[in-house]
Amino acid sequence: MQDQPTPGEMLKTVAEFLRSAGPKQAQPHIAYQVRVAANVLDLVARELAIAPVENTLEAGRLRAILGRDGSLEELNTAFAEALDRGTLSMLTPEVRDHLWATTLAKLSIDQPTYSGYRATLAERTGLANL
Amino acid sequence: MNTIESDEVRIAGGLRRLVATIVPGAAVEGLQRLSGGATQQTWRFEAVSSAGSTPMILRRAPSGDIEARLISAARERDVPVPLVRHVLTPADGLGSGFIMDFVEGETLGGRIVKSEAFAVARETLSSRCGEILAKVHSIDPAQFPSLRSSSPSELLQHWEDQYRSTQWPRPVFACAFRWLRQTCPPAPARPRVLHGDFRNGNLIIGSDGIRAVLDWELAHIGDPMEDIGWLCVNSWRFGRMDKVVGGFGDLADLIAGYNQAAGASVRIESCKWWEVFGTLRWGVMCATMTRDFRTTDPTVERAAIARRASETEIDLLRLLAG
Repeated sequence: MQDQPTPGEMLKTVAEFLRSAGPKQAQPHIAYQVRVAANVLDLVARELAIAPVENTLEAGRLRAILGRDGSLEELNTAFAEALDRGTLSMLTPEVRDHLWATTLAKLSIDQPTYSGYRATLAERTGLANL
Repeated sequence: MNTIESDEVRIAGGLRRLVATIVPGAAVEGLQRLSGGATQQTWRFEAVSSAGSTPMILRRAPSGDIEARLISAARERDVPVPLVRHVLTPADGLGSGFIMDFVEGETLGGRIVKSEAFAVARETLSSRCGEILAKVHSIDPAQFPSLRSSSPSELLQHWEDQYRSTQWPRPVFACAFRWLRQTCPPAPARPRVLHGDFRNGNLIIGSDGIRAVLDWELAHIGDPMEDIGWLCVNSWRFGRMDKVVGGFGDLADLIAGYNQAAGASVRIESCKWWEVFGTLRWGVMCATMTRDFRTTDPTVERAAIARRASETEIDLLRLLAG
């Protein structure tokens, strides 16, 4: 067992520190890079929190679609090749649902404020409420 | 930090000698590196002489020579661009690049699509983009024999090779490449000089509209629709997804402005292939940045852009599997 504070807590604190220190930088390009650095730490914290569960779910779906086992990278390589050759199609429900679920999980880590992600969530919530 | 500081000392020295010849007797003041350029260096400074102070830009880029020639050719075609003052030579000791006038205005896409200050300008921005693109596309390609010329299928192969070189599987990209291959348009009857990166973020905007078109380093020769589709990629709409053109305008206005200025008959229906292609191109550009991050450019900014590849994956799904 590792000690406390947790990685997530420490990353959050460092990001907050950078956000308060960044604007004090005289050089505009340095101030900009400090802001980007804080955003990158937030991304890492989200990946630590979200990826373990999502990667397991993703691998499970891929095993079902492909009917084989392997590492997540091996499964994705085989999946991408099948889509490229056309032996699997993004328009079959199982494949399409998987692509959406995987991509939404990636966006929740990489860019949870991105317009395409927010719009998709809003549309899906709207559908769920119908 | 150290590299940047020593860069600054070296650049200040080179500029001092150079600027005195561009504006007789002028001194260099207020040299500062601007943020915004991910791959290229842009420095701002003032050329100060007895006649007054002139803000200028030093652009350092490997393709600086050809960029400067393109800007000058565009200027002849009445495209709003900064005046190029000097193209760097080896004797200048500053690498490749050029010096141009600084143009005052806004380049941040988020402000351009949201700020009240540009509310009036936004109404005509889309048709003006069409008009400007038509003018860019009227530059004679024979003037630029070194620019790469590709048909849509060759272009697709180029970006697919780039994707494969990352050796990282992306199922959504695989779907998009397949769709693009199966619906690929033929080679254009008249290949044109393309800006290659004409988008919100590379335009200087004022309350009066477009003041300058920047960042010509991705120029190449091909189908004029490529520039139109690129301008519509969701990544440059800065949250205003309903405004397909750069987050500020409608596609019908862009096409009307283009057709009127070019005397052409570009059709709205042909835009989707190029919007999908543009989205995938941006995605592959992001994906290849992981390699740059691990080798030549281990910066925070590079890592952050590499992780933007997924934004194009969701946009591609919305375009192809919505």
